[in-house]
Amino acid sequence: MMNINRIFLFLILGSIAVFASGAIEGEVTKQALNIPAIVMFVIFVGATLGITYWAAKRTKSAKDFYTAGGGITGFQNGMAIAGDYMSAASFLGISGLVYMKGYDGLIYSIGFLVGWPIILFMIAEPLRNLGKYTFADVASYRLRQTPIRILAAFGSIATVILYLIAQMVGSGQLIMLLFGLQYEVAVVLVGVLMILYVTFGGMLATTWVQIIKAFLLLAGATFMAVAVMAHYDFSFGSLFAHATELKGASIMSPGGLVSDPISAISLAIALMFGVAGLPHILMRFFTVSDAKEARKSVFYATGFIGYFYILTFIIGFGAIIMVLGNPQYLDVAKQAIEGGQPLLGGSNMAAVHLSHAVGGDFFLGFISAVAFATILAVVSGLTLAGASAISHDLYASVIKKGNVDSMKEMQVSKIATVVLGIVAIIMGIMFEKQNIAFVVGLAFAIAASANFPILFLSMYWRKLTTRGALYGGSIGLATAVILVILGPTVWVDLLKNEVAIFPYKYPALFSVVAAFIGIWFFSITDKSQSAKDEEAAFEAQFIRAQTGIGADGAVDH
Amino acid sequence: MHKDLVEKIKNDPNYQELVSKRSSFSLKLTIAMLVVYFAFILTIAFDPSLLGTPLSEGSVTTVGIPVGMAVIVFAFVVTGIYTKRANSEFDDLTNKIKDAVKEH
Repeated sequence: MMNINRIFLFLILGSIAVFASGAIEGEVTKQALNIPAIVMFVIFVGATLGITYWAAKRTKSAKDFYTAGGGITGFQNGMAIAGDYMSAASFLGISGLVYMKGYDGLIYSIGFLVGWPIILFMIAEPLRNLGKYTFADVASYRLRQTPIRILAAFGSIATVILYLIAQMVGSGQLIMLLFGLQYEVAVVLVGVLMILYVTFGGMLATTWVQIIKAFLLLAGATFMAVAVMAHYDFSFGSLFAHATELKGASIMSPGGLVSDPISAISLAIALMFGVAGLPHILMRFFTVSDAKEARKSVFYATGFIGYFYILTFIIGFGAIIMVLGNPQYLDVAKQAIEGGQPLLGGSNMAAVHLSHAVGGDFFLGFISAVAFATILAVVSGLTLAGASAISHDLYASVIKKGNVDSMKEMQVSKIATVVLGIVAIIMGIMFEKQNIAFVVGLAFAIAASANFPILFLSMYWRKLTTRGALYGGSIGLATAVILVILGPTVWVDLLKNEVAIFPYKYPALFSVVAAFIGIWFFSITDKSQSAKDEEAAFEAQFIRAQTGIGADGAVDH
Repeated sequence: MHKDLVEKIKNDPNYQELVSKRSSFSLKLTIAMLVVYFAFILTIAFDPSLLGTPLSEGSVTTVGIPVGMAVIVFAFVVTGIYTKRANSEFDDLTNKIKDAVKEH
């Protein structure tokens, strides 16, 4: 314990040193140093490191590490899920999209919300009743451990790494702009802090970082939306009227986001079922004590996330009125070359500039610090999910066949966290100048086409066999990856080919269907003895999924 | 789980009631959510101008705004409806099943 404390102190001091040196460099470069933002961010980091220290003392077993001991309440978990889901990308990206395209931003955010009710009706309770630490626990419940765990861990790690790349690159660019720090410094800082939170504080620290961040983000966004609406006596009619005067009537109706029915359905499927296959989201359901708290979590999370999307819509419109055309926020250099009215830092900075317009330097600092905190919280959740796939699914279940003590497993998980953190830092620096628009889409496609079908059918389909899950899941995964590569975002935008071989941006319609058909076909044609045993084991699994009998702490025997 | 226990629970009328009621309720709400969302997104795909119709003569606010907001509110309301019924009716049934197992 003594030793851990010393390492902990060393790492805190180290990260402050990194931060301080970055701050000095920031002054040397031309970026304006944002003092209120840095002060507020340091307060946030101090508070969360304090929480991490507190959580570290309570994290004594693998169960504590992976699930915060299972003692998080439904409300807290709902807030933490919202914190996990409301990334900086969705806050800045969606408000930026509303700022640019108006109504299309709303269409996009609705897609991100509608997966939640489906998770509640289909996934949340059986997941809690059957699983322990990872969704692979559920998928492999009655199937053969080794192949299913490997496939599920692969799906988890792929999703996590893709998501991490997007977050790290986003964080580097964002922090460079907001705080005047160098890109590499920002990426290293995020990586180091995330490693600290997760290795020392495990799920307990990660959860509280997410809760605090969700609260700050909702409070900040509420303030901005109210400030915007107060200008218009809380009348949406006059807000929209003023915005259309500046930007034209087209912002009030659907634009080019959803162009043809195939793309529309494909995007809808990716978003709806993708959420239900994101490992860091699924893992959150193991932090609550039972199915009742799991369902309450989704109820609160859906409320917070829906409310947040309504706020981002108002914020986007507010930015059209208060930021667009304001010379203070204009990128003059870029305007000289490209014309138009480009924003400093790009259209994703719309919400940040609006925070300055409504609340001055102090509030700009607050929103900047919240955006940074948001990135930290999201990468922590992601890394923990990736680390548990490595330690719980691959190390404990596949390599050690379940014969491993809890302390050893936790140790492996911590090592995996550090490795993933370093990988994230390297990837973040490597991908700085790359076009990474496809990575989140690909993460969702994999989640929807590999993780979700296996998980869903393992819960509800009696005839699912190991062979079916393995082949079908692999087909879904491969189809998703290949179609993204052959589609417009990679084949044309990234690889600079003339025409995409696969014409649609979103592969989910094809890859999810391929996965389900593959799983179905290879299950029903599986006539082996193990297939019969797996079918016979369904009844007991289903009873536990429905009632929680046999699950952790549900029944005293 | 032991075979006898599986048989016992399987034949428990409370369990059968729980499974059939919850399955049909979840399925109905899932379909409702899918219908609402796909109706929304397919309207946009097939006829984008429909949601761009002004709410009233001369108004800048389009039909799409209340419709979009309604989809968000609908998603929240259906989770509320499910949670409320599950917290009372379904949990009561589950507790009865668990009590029966304890006596076993």
